[in-house]
Amino acid sequence: MANVLVAMSGGVDSSVAAALLLEQGHDVTGVHLRLADVPDAQQVPGHGCCGLDDAQDARRVAQVLGVPFYVWDMTEDFAREVQAPFASAYGAGTTPNPCITCNERVKYAALIERALALGFDAVATGHHARLERAGSPVIGPGPGVRLLRARDTAKDQSYVLHRATPAQLAATLLPVGELTKDEVRSRAGSSGLRVATKPDSYQVCFIPDGDTAGWLGQELGEHPGPIVDLDGTELGTHRGVWGVTVGQRRGLGLDHHERRFVVDVDPASATVVVGPRSALACHWVEVADPSWTGTVPADGAEVRVQLRAHGASLRARIDGCADGGVRLLLDEPAHGVAIGQSAVAYGPDDDVCLGGGPISAADRPSRLPVLSASGAA
Amino acid sequence: MPAMQADLDHAATTPPRPEVLEVLERWMRAGNASARHLVGQSARRAVEHAREQVAGVLGCGPHDVVFTSGGTEADNLAVKGVVWAARAERGGAPVHVVTTAVEHAAVLEPARWLAARGEIELELVAPGPDGCVSVDDVLALVRDGSDGRAPTALVSVMGANNELGSVNDIAGLGSALSEHAIPLHVDAVQCVATLEVSLEAWSADALAISAHKAGGPQGVGVAVMRRGLAVEPTAHGGGQDRGLRSGTFAVGLIAACGEAMVRAAAERAAVRDRLLVLSERLAVGLEAIDGVERSGPSDPERRLASHVHVMIDGVDGEALALGLDAAGIAASAGSACSSGAASGSHVVTACGLSGAPLRLSLGWTSSMAEVDHVVEVLEGLVPRLREGGPVVGLDRLGPVGGGR
Repeated sequence: MANVLVAMSGGVDSSVAAALLLEQGHDVTGVHLRLADVPDAQQVPGHGCCGLDDAQDARRVAQVLGVPFYVWDMTEDFAREVQAPFASAYGAGTTPNPCITCNERVKYAALIERALALGFDAVATGHHARLERAGSPVIGPGPGVRLLRARDTAKDQSYVLHRATPAQLAATLLPVGELTKDEVRSRAGSSGLRVATKPDSYQVCFIPDGDTAGWLGQELGEHPGPIVDLDGTELGTHRGVWGVTVGQRRGLGLDHHERRFVVDVDPASATVVVGPRSALACHWVEVADPSWTGTVPADGAEVRVQLRAHGASLRARIDGCADGGVRLLLDEPAHGVAIGQSAVAYGPDDDVCLGGGPISAADRPSRLPVLSASGAA
Repeated sequence: MPAMQADLDHAATTPPRPEVLEVLERWMRAGNASARHLVGQSARRAVEHAREQVAGVLGCGPHDVVFTSGGTEADNLAVKGVVWAARAERGGAPVHVVTTAVEHAAVLEPARWLAARGEIELELVAPGPDGCVSVDDVLALVRDGSDGRAPTALVSVMGANNELGSVNDIAGLGSALSEHAIPLHVDAVQCVATLEVSLEAWSADALAISAHKAGGPQGVGVAVMRRGLAVEPTAHGGGQDRGLRSGTFAVGLIAACGEAMVRAAAERAAVRDRLLVLSERLAVGLEAIDGVERSGPSDPERRLASHVHVMIDGVDGEALALGLDAAGIAASAGSACSSGAASGSHVVTACGLSGAPLRLSLGWTSSMAEVDHVVEVLEGLVPRLREGGPVVGLDRLGPVGGGR
């Protein structure tokens, strides 16, 4: 039995997480984190995780379960650690994943630290991922833990948790990872929790209307620049590099008879480079600042690598780099790899999440045209 | 749960007195007090009896009494109702309103709402560091309209601050304002339990009262509106209570409110004397802890006997809240925003105080044992919080007042 602080978003997963912890005999306290400071009037019911309705749902679940419940205002941490870097990363022509940053900087760094200082033994969340110690599911805190994909692989969220350190995993519980999403919903129903049928949220939580480009436009303002073909021919203009992502085809406003994809972005010259799909082929990625959930994988190790939150993993090989960074050589090329999105390595059987980090460099076809374009500007 | 539960949050709500619960129980089965038949007349008798009880306690006439759902509605009725009536009289032109930076949200928010809509020019009087508002500072802002600027249609100053317990010189303010014929509204919600509240003695024109702060039930309050004060209703309907507050009379709640006011007034002096001793003992105990300082006026006459507000150096407010809960103490470590997160206190900010605020408030059921228990818990908790030590799960690490 442990004193567990469960982060309750008001969604079905973290609600059932709290219920399961109680069944396992833990002393449970619920906390709802106010993350994004979204004005009430802009909140869209059922979207995002920061609305008043969600705080209210979380509170009601805690009441039904009979556990103490608090709301902690972490809007400052969130704005500093997640929202501002999200905007500036887009402004720098990269494609960040704010959920990963939130888990690393807010839920792990800030929440676990505070919880342990207050005397809690562990923090639990409703993420779909599993923790295993010596081959058995983890039901209490302690060292020697491996992070694995969720039982329900379609709902697996180990990708967004990959920055957790071994010490943080030792103070983490992920009770719903052993259940499928359907099982989670039916557990919520049988426990009388009103969130049983609440829809999942897919949006960036601090952009409840889903208009990321609109939000970025407000944060960053317009910085127009040219859209050039691989050979340097100018094909059009864009409103800001934050509006495009490598791999994107639609919404470029190009009047071109061939299909053109964004193949590279040069924030310094505000140049967007487009080309045919074949130009998106990417044979390697580099992560300058990887984080590992356990021991650092060996040079040359065969792994699987996942490049986006809901994408299949690819066979790859670890190729050591200098300065603690890592290069991953892909057996087959990946298409549409943006700088900033996270490369996460899994074991060869695609089950154990080894760790990874944001892609700092990737195989690009277009370096020379970008340089000539920036030189011309 | 911890062995001892201590209620140090009477300013949030204080337990109903048993006599009040009896009255509530009896009148919850009442008929509709506006009906003409005998069942209705019987219910109406309870309402009008309560109205007389309330009038007797609040130094006003029974015709001045309007029953509301609580203090917030009473404050809204006074602020919006008086402003709207004054604007109507001025052909729709904006009017001037003076209130204070430390008012309860039930006054500040309707005033800000009116200002945002261009209906009023709003000026806020800053408090002293002790939370008290100077009469002269208020009078310096009022306008008679002779210089062409919008005239002051309403002054709203709280009788006592809900967080710090600072008591204002309402009688002094009221008599000065009545010379200028400027209406005075007093949010007296925090006063009733320990201070005499009187429309007459204060020379005020409107009062807001909440029953559950004085041993009554939650969900009922009183707006005192002096007959002759021009007020527009905020809720239109069947025209009950002079048309100022339409809606079926909540007979049970109203009867219980009347009883609660009478009981509070009858026991006020005794409760106040007892709480003065207890709050003094509590304050002395807390101030003996390193880095804990009492806020509010130093003159005991200028602070509520029920309130001890302290600022604690070097502790995290959320951790303090958790630690107090773990020790079984109900106290106010920061007030909650709409989501339930602790929000910074506008009162603490206006008074220029620093540290983590903690309000401990006493009431008619408070005991010396509770006070001593709280002091003992905080003697252990404050240094532990400052060292970043654990505050939950202490039943296994060594108890602070029992653990959880």
